[in-house]
Amino acid sequence: MTPTLIANHFIDLDAEGYLTDPMQWEERVAHDIATAHGIFLSDRHWVVVRFMRERYMATGCAPGIRVMGRESGVSVRELYQLFPGGPVRLAAKIGGIPRPKGCI
Amino acid sequence: MANGNEKVSILISKGSLESVYPGLILANGARAEGIAVNLLFTFFGLEAINRRHYEHLKVATVGNPGLHVPTLIGGLPGVSTYVTRQMEQKIAELDIPPIPEFVTLLSDSGAKLYACKASVELFDLRRDDLIEELSGILTMGEFYEVAAGGQIIFT
Repeated sequence: MTPTLIANHFIDLDAEGYLTDPMQWEERVAHDIATAHGIFLSDRHWVVVRFMRERYMATGCAPGIRVMGRESGVSVRELYQLFPGGPVRLAAKIGGIPRPKGCI
Repeated sequence: MANGNEKVSILISKGSLESVYPGLILANGARAEGIAVNLLFTFFGLEAINRRHYEHLKVATVGNPGLHVPTLIGGLPGVSTYVTRQMEQKIAELDIPPIPEFVTLLSDSGAKLYACKASVELFDLRRDDLIEELSGILTMGEFYEVAAGGQIIFT
């Protein structure tokens, strides 16, 4: 766990850059992590990031691509346009939750 | 990109349920990491993109020692259907989609799906026997062109 200065706060990240404590997250943190991955957060990105985060906070489990495509209001095709480097892992990272563990 | 992998081309050459899933799961995992994916369906692997058959792929209950069903029993009528249904239930519980939905998911994820030209001719298939999402029917030369610079995995 490495405390890293993001948006003027020390945030605890794991070795892959995911927040280890989702409560340290705030919107400016999301913007800074997204920028570091070459993503400027649009309203559509926010729909996805909020969906991921809300699901994780409610269930303790981050959804996979299939559930995201079905339930977030953003299609799989658009998810990959918004997050070309992988929608599940990037939305989780930007949303301040742990890396999703599912295979699908 | 993850681990320096930027592109992977996965061949699916067999048509049983348990032979098709690994290639699809590999492909999905690669897209999830932002890795470009080509899927080439060849020989009996074409079953996975045959619009009449791809909902009905079965587990091989004969010649499949990992299943621990004696060959004579595995060959009885209905055994393959029963074992397939059991496995499909387990797969659904793990939130892994059925083959037709999985193939569409991969196409929507940006994976390119191709059929092998020699195999299409071997089985006397036409373009409209195969699913709409297909990006093309390729010769081996054309396949190596799209696969150039990436890894190739044969399943």
